[in-house]
Amino acid sequence: MAKPLGFEKPLGMRDILPESLAKQRRLERALRACIEPWGYEEISTPSLEYYDTVGVASATLTDRMFRLLDKQGHTVVLRPDMTTPIARVVSSLYKDVPFPIRLYYQANVFRAQEKEAGRNAEFYQTGIELIGDASEDADAEAIALAVFCLRAAGVETFRIAIGHVDFADGLLEEEIADEEVREQFRKYLYERDFVGYRHLLSSLEIGSDGKQRLEMLLRLRGGKSKIAEARKLTDNGKARRAVETVASLWDALEAYGVTEDLLLDFNLVSNLNYYTGVVFEGYAADLGTPLLGGGRYDHLLAQFGRPAPATGFAIKMDRLMQVTPEIVNREKANVLLCYTANQRRAALAEAQLLRKDGLVVVTRLVKGQAEVEAGRRDARFARVICMLDE
Amino acid sequence: MAVLDQAQKLTIAMPKGRIFEEAVHFLQQAGLEVTAELQESRKLIIPVENASLEFILAKPTDVPTYVEYGVADVGVVGKDVLLEEERDVYELLDLKIGYCRMMVAGLPDWKPVEAPRVATKYPKIASRYFREQGQQVEVIKLNGSVELAPIIGLADRIVDIVSTGRTLRENGLVELEHICEITTRLIANRASYRMKSEAVDDICNKFLQVIPNSN
Repeated sequence: MAKPLGFEKPLGMRDILPESLAKQRRLERALRACIEPWGYEEISTPSLEYYDTVGVASATLTDRMFRLLDKQGHTVVLRPDMTTPIARVVSSLYKDVPFPIRLYYQANVFRAQEKEAGRNAEFYQTGIELIGDASEDADAEAIALAVFCLRAAGVETFRIAIGHVDFADGLLEEEIADEEVREQFRKYLYERDFVGYRHLLSSLEIGSDGKQRLEMLLRLRGGKSKIAEARKLTDNGKARRAVETVASLWDALEAYGVTEDLLLDFNLVSNLNYYTGVVFEGYAADLGTPLLGGGRYDHLLAQFGRPAPATGFAIKMDRLMQVTPEIVNREKANVLLCYTANQRRAALAEAQLLRKDGLVVVTRLVKGQAEVEAGRRDARFARVICMLDE
Repeated sequence: MAVLDQAQKLTIAMPKGRIFEEAVHFLQQAGLEVTAELQESRKLIIPVENASLEFILAKPTDVPTYVEYGVADVGVVGKDVLLEEERDVYELLDLKIGYCRMMVAGLPDWKPVEAPRVATKYPKIASRYFREQGQQVEVIKLNGSVELAPIIGLADRIVDIVSTGRTLRENGLVELEHICEITTRLIANRASYRMKSEAVDDICNKFLQVIPNSN
């Protein structure tokens, strides 16, 4: 690689300038104010974790993690998500705290990007984890809170798509005996390749009834009526239990009064082999990629020795920034106070008084009128106060 | 209602070039209002009045990019491009038009050498294919006139799409290995698939009426 230019940054790393950061902080405050009344407490964890603990347990693929060596020669990773470190804390420092545990975070996570040089590799997220509650009401709480968060942030039009990983899994198990073939179907669903899915389906030697059911899976996307349609596809077992979970989840979400922003999608596959139940993804108008993702991950905690069901979600702050209104550009009330050395004592005391009154005061030691004039031309200041020698 | 219509307005990315005419004909059969303007236009963005549609005319390899980033909700594009670009999009329908084959071709007297060179517009597809075959090859990316490469000695073989085979024959090349079948696909953006689910479903259903023996 060529030597970096003086102002270059590592691939995917971004500076956030004051104006955007002000917006990000405002959104973070709005989300915090939305989340805390539900009993979630904020947590912070280290930026670096061991690869062998958090790295291995994380849902993020190893080749997308930033890996480095610490002084002892251990492989460490920049945390690829916050869910895994939180699972580590809940199983260690928090091991005597009774379930359910509600935690939230506002933090940056790191994922190396393969494509498009400019895509960011460091993301700011706001997310929640609800650990130790297996009920569909816990899933409903996570989804409802996600809806309230997006509303609180000022996202005008959004939808959260909800699915259940066991539905497609169960349906495939009912129709297809060969696990390898099922894996291929799951891969097509994961890659969102419905054409490949249909080609494979038509080449399969199973009854036309079964084929029709597996084809219907691709169409189970819409409102509440899809629950009844999903029920018709399966009589018992895993897939049926998934439908019933989604049905009572929907009941709970109706109780929260949030279903108008929801969409059922039984072929939603978020992350292979990580989520274990209800999964969901949030989308906003005019944003090509999801801005929120979450779901149930009942196997993660066991990897740290304290098995527990869990659910949660994370909002991607950079995407939230793109779909929320700009801050109305308030009149800048900044004051520039120019003073000469002789006036220093009085000037700095005056500045403190003005700051107590709520003004933003910048002080500047000047030698003469020329510097005062420069200050007057400076667009950053609404007013210039002079305390010069007589 | 008008607000809702606006929210469900679809932007469709159409590929200029090889499959454009066939694709436009397909849209017409499916009952979409495709104006003559679209067929002859030099413009790149064409709104369709009275229909909640808008077309973007794009270079075929850019169609999946437009759709992945959501500047187009859906797109019409060949499977060859999808395999090469590996974009994160929904592949909803096989339109069964624009049929061709992805082939390995070469001169008839071609003999295996230790590290053969392969010229192609599809370096990812070619590399993947030869890796799966356990063959070591050097892939050379070209942007056009791939058939020329074996004749002038740039490469031993080529990987390219073949429809009638005429171009190959005219250049004295023969088809050596068949990689896969290529047809035209309807793809959708991940968010549009959910945010505009009604409009996307509607266009899928219209297309399904036209696709031969579709299921």
